[in-house]
Amino acid sequence: MPFEWFLALRYLRDARGQTTLILGGVAVGVSVIVFLSALIGGLQTSLIDKTLGSQPHITLSVPREAPRPLVAATASLAIARRTEETAQRLRSIDQWPTVVETVEGRSGVIAVSPSIVGAGFTVRSGARRPVVIRGVDPERFLAIIDLRVRMTDGRFDLDGNYVAIGAKLAANLGASIGDKLRLSSSEGVDDVVTVGGIFQLGNDGVDGTWLLTSLRHAQSLFNLAGGATTIELKVADVFAAQRIAAEIQADTGVQADSWMTINAELLSGLSAQSSSKTMIQFFVILAVALGIASVLIVSVVQKSREIGILRAVGTPRGRIMRIFLIQGGLLGLGGSILGSAFGIALAKLFESLARDPDGAPKFPVQITGSLLVFASALATGVGLLAATIPARRAAALDPATAIRNG
Amino acid sequence: MADASPVLVVEHVVKEYGDVARTRALGGVDLTVGHGELMALVGPSGSGKSTLLNIIGLLDRPTSGTVTIAGTQTTGLGERELTDVRASKLGFVFQFHHLLPAFTAVENVMIPAWGHEGWPSASMKTDAEETLRAVGLGDRMYYRATNLSGGQQQRVAIARALVRRPPLVLADEPTGNLDTASSTDVLQLMRRFNRDFGTTFIIVTHDSRIADSCDRIVELVDGLVTSDRRK
Repeated sequence: MPFEWFLALRYLRDARGQTTLILGGVAVGVSVIVFLSALIGGLQTSLIDKTLGSQPHITLSVPREAPRPLVAATASLAIARRTEETAQRLRSIDQWPTVVETVEGRSGVIAVSPSIVGAGFTVRSGARRPVVIRGVDPERFLAIIDLRVRMTDGRFDLDGNYVAIGAKLAANLGASIGDKLRLSSSEGVDDVVTVGGIFQLGNDGVDGTWLLTSLRHAQSLFNLAGGATTIELKVADVFAAQRIAAEIQADTGVQADSWMTINAELLSGLSAQSSSKTMIQFFVILAVALGIASVLIVSVVQKSREIGILRAVGTPRGRIMRIFLIQGGLLGLGGSILGSAFGIALAKLFESLARDPDGAPKFPVQITGSLLVFASALATGVGLLAATIPARRAAALDPATAIRNG
Repeated sequence: MADASPVLVVEHVVKEYGDVARTRALGGVDLTVGHGELMALVGPSGSGKSTLLNIIGLLDRPTSGTVTIAGTQTTGLGERELTDVRASKLGFVFQFHHLLPAFTAVENVMIPAWGHEGWPSASMKTDAEETLRAVGLGDRMYYRATNLSGGQQQRVAIARALVRRPPLVLADEPTGNLDTASSTDVLQLMRRFNRDFGTTFIIVTHDSRIADSCDRIVELVDGLVTSDRRK
């Protein structure tokens, strides 16, 4: 075994009490990091999953119609005018099949679904409810939001006049599978549809208003033969949605909004949560570093005479330095292994304590390999860094003084 | 018997401490020590013995003057070169044994080679065991340093100084902490190595009995060599 490893291990073994205490300290610090990261990571993932479970990552739509002046200003004619916003008609995206083709070939985009989204009313018996009518291509739509696993009754079938409606809407209308509904679109087109499926996405707004029908049916309801008002996209990396949306808008000229823009407040909350986590991690790591450094500084003081002897008999400074760096690294690594195990156990226990009525954990934790590698690398790195000061101090000891004064 | 070629040449070595009010510890020491000499360095406390020993041992640098060890002129050498010279040409025996308590006797004796080279080798262990047997500790090789008596610990320290067969061994009050029997034991050991291997010893001592048993006695007073007697 190399000399510095042998001596580092001996020093750690011989100072068992001290080593155990600092290992315990590092382990507690690492377990806090692992537990906190697993908990916050789990909560964030769950929130994002729930949010993105009922919406596309990117929505392409027709740019807003801008008001146009009736008389143009010239060099000699100044016009004082009042601008009135233009009423936004339901319009189809120009050349939408070309746009679909373009975005389908873009890297990072994993699903594309053209649709028509418009407002309407549905009537059953005496109940009249406003609805969001979504005309979709079923196969493409399911690649964006997989409703098959969210069906509470019936099945996802949009053939002919069959529609799928949200569970809350069904409850409000008193409708069940096979029931007929009268549907009126905002364009004044009426039709009678049959409930083929009822779904629940866990979002009241969606479950209480959505009515899904085929794209062709929606085109006739909104007088948009062959049209599509929106194109919905799913991307591989949800956090790349903003960038991809900006690129698509620049390339195609259509309005592209990512889920990140639409849910800016959620993202701001998640970001604040991440900042708090980082701050706690920083202070925990600082405490770990100070603990390791103080133990090793004491060790250098205690062993200064030994270090002097080692230097006197021909041990190079670098090797003396490495003896203490190795101790710091080993304390960090050992503590991180123990701390990771403890943190995982704590997170799993916490997850099992609070559960929803359906058995799902109220506080889902997310323990990933990368989190454990990160925690271990961080603690080991901090151990090494913390050992730098005592190691340099040990290497700089004057052997004659160290032997004389100890 | 002393070899004709010197193992140590100290020329006009001056050592001063302090920046403003300078204290002169050594006032221009000249000393030549031949191969195979057993030399005592004596003098009252504060005469500069330990300072001179530290300079010869390359643990301290002189203010001026030169030190040549086994043909290597050490003035101007960097830290790494000085470490190499210490490891290959010098052995140290201190008043207190200064063994590493976490190590066994054989591990302590391996330190000069192991610490310098980094990796242990079979020859390092064989050499250490052989040297421990030579100092009469063949049955204590795997004892922890803390489990040995004072005399045994000092013998391990001597084995550590001799294991690489350096041409020059510097001993600072090697019997200062030992009883009479152990002192005699240690002295005989050094004499035996001096005789059998031609190792040169410079022994700093206050003990006239130890000094009288050496071949040469150099006396230092107020940082200057005041007498140099050979038997």
